Amino acid sequence: MTQDNSFYGPLSDPAGNAGHTDHPPRVGFFTDTSVCIGCKACEVACKEWNAIPEDGIDLLGMSFDNTGMLGASSWRHVAFVEQQRPLGRQDAGLADLPVGPSSTQETAEVVADALEVAKRGGGDLGTAPVDLGFPSFDLPGAGTGAEARTEFRWLMSSDVCKHCTHAGCLDVCPTGALFRTEFGTVVVQPDICNGCGYCVSGCPYGVIDRRPDDGRAWKCTMCYDRLRDGMEPACAKACPTDSIQYGPLDELRERADRRLAQLHEAGVTEAQLYGRDPDDGVGGDGAFFLLLDDPEVYGFPPDPVVPTRDLMSMWKHAGVAASALLAASAAVFLGGARR
Amino acid sequence: MSREGAGRHGRGGRDDDGSRERSMVPKATFRSYYGRPVLKPPVWEWKVPAYLFTGGLSAGSALLAAGADLTRRPELARAGRIGGFGALLVSTYLLVADLGRPERFHHMLRVAKPSSPMSMGTWILVAYGPGSALAAAAELLPAGVRASLPGRLLRMAARPAGLSAALLAPGLASYTAVLLSQTAVPAWHDARRELPFVFTGSAAASGAGLGMLLAPVAEAGPARRLGVVGAAAELVASRLVDRRPGLVTEAYTTGRPHRLRQASEYLTLGGALTALTLARRSRAAAAAGGLALLAGSVLQRFGTFEAGVVSTKDPAYVVKPQRERLAARAEGGG
Ligand code: SF4
Ligand code: SF4
Repeated sequence: MTQDNSFYGPLSDPAGNAGHTDHPPRVGFFTDTSVCIGCKACEVACKEWNAIPEDGIDLLGMSFDNTGMLGASSWRHVAFVEQQRPLGRQDAGLADLPVGPSSTQETAEVVADALEVAKRGGGDLGTAPVDLGFPSFDLPGAGTGAEARTEFRWLMSSDVCKHCTHAGCLDVCPTGALFRTEFGTVVVQPDICNGCGYCVSGCPYGVIDRRPDDGRAWKCTMCYDRLRDGMEPACAKACPTDSIQYGPLDELRERADRRLAQLHEAGVTEAQLYGRDPDDGVGGDGAFFLLLDDPEVYGFPPDPVVPTRDLMSMWKHAGVAASALLAASAAVFLGGARR
Repeated sequence: MSREGAGRHGRGGRDDDGSRERSMVPKATFRSYYGRPVLKPPVWEWKVPAYLFTGGLSAGSALLAAGADLTRRPELARAGRIGGFGALLVSTYLLVADLGRPERFHHMLRVAKPSSPMSMGTWILVAYGPGSALAAAAELLPAGVRASLPGRLLRMAARPAGLSAALLAPGLASYTAVLLSQTAVPAWHDARRELPFVFTGSAAASGAGLGMLLAPVAEAGPARRLGVVGAAAELVASRLVDRRPGLVTEAYTTGRPHRLRQASEYLTLGGALTALTLARRSRAAAAAGGLALLAGSVLQRFGTFEAGVVSTKDPAYVVKPQRERLAARAEGGG
């Protein structure tokens, strides 16, 4: 079962399993999305430090998210989710709605309704449909009590490569370009990768991608160069709220557990950890998250499994099919020797 | 990212949830991030499914050629050897050209990695190639060289070379199924038990099709029989793919992948029926049947490939089954 264990299931020491001796402890990211303010400093710091090329400057109409997703040239991606949440014990009946398009629609409707009563029906440039209450010297909402709060909430989360314990991308790479570092992270060597593209389909999170003009696969390295110099990754360094926390994975997991308990105590029952569990389908993530809604709302797969889990069974089926082919090919000659 | 898919799987939500009433039955909707795909669609284009076909064709031809050689069917052996090697050359081109950095194709040879079916496949090809090449070279010798010493040596080497290719051919025909299944692509990973049989069946049918097309009727008996057996395996296995429970099967049974695979089914069935009947008497019918088997195999590969691509583009194929899995686990008390 040791063989199986290096493909699937909990694995205490991925770097050691990959042949590193005397290696530093496994490091990772704990991204606590409950304190993310959506400033995108991580995205910028990552691009700057790693000299990643521009990959399209677009307005996507997805709230403040104009990056869209992780890709070959976006190794950090801040997701923005706009949600209507029931207040207190009220139930607006919106809980079943998918998050994205419907809330955008809600927003649009609010604006449309308000425009009707705005000056000249909003026909003047700069006419605000609703009084947003600033500029002002008070904190937003300070003039009123909790009863004036709206049902609206914003979820923000900085996504990144998960540096899986069992990494689908690494398992399938036929050139050895992807490798497990001494820190337990997963890194592509650009001088080895020949752009076969297998890793792109091997990743259960949709992280790694091929850069079209360059032909090679790229993803987050967890700033391998900085780690080797004893520095923290650029994104964690830049994050002003410590939403992105870097450190030895064991410590991060403990810290995350404490934070989760704290939030649950404070009544934020929807808080959940994602990718923390070493028993999950990828053996736990090196980069894991505290989320305030289900993973798929942020674009994560709810229950990812490394495809390698089924490798042995797949080869067995292929073996049976191959043997059948060989037998059939022999039999067709034995069958009717005359013709 | 078809709209059609969006509506069908309830991505949009507004259509099927237009009212804000709370319904009594939980909706079969799912949540996603703006309907964005969770997975990256494969970066592979037409060259990969084309290779799935040519690789299988080469394997099927090598098997037929070896049998024909051992049972003294020179025309069938010749067709299989030359056809098999030709298909191998095309395969090699397709595999190299599909790389993002074709000039680095030899980086595949730096490692042999059991966890990567592509690495295993590379080594299968490396082992298979020389046998296939030698056997074909012996067939292609100009008459003037045949009697010379090198010519005689080459012709003596042809049989063991052809046999070595035939022994490796089943590996070549089946590893591509593992190559596709060993991915996070829902439609390929979920069909992991059936795909090897679809692919080996398709390889046998295509190799047999080439034999029926190129060899005279008198020698092509084994090709016809292999065509029937291969087609049957392919048809049954691909029906099993279509019957798998769960949402992911829809990637195969709807849209373009479905149309491709349905056309493949008709052609393969037609080819097999021809092989059983008319192809035993008429060379023209045999050629038509052979072409049908070849075309059926091509369409099968493209259909299967595209089903996988479709299944990565709609987040429903990722989120829904995984949600159901989690719910089942929670119910099971785990
Ligand atoms: S499988 Fe995906 S998420 Fe995991 S290490 Fe590879 S690229 Fe990152
Ligand atoms: S594209 Fe590069 S990194 Fe990805 S699997 Fe192929 S060789 Fe490895």
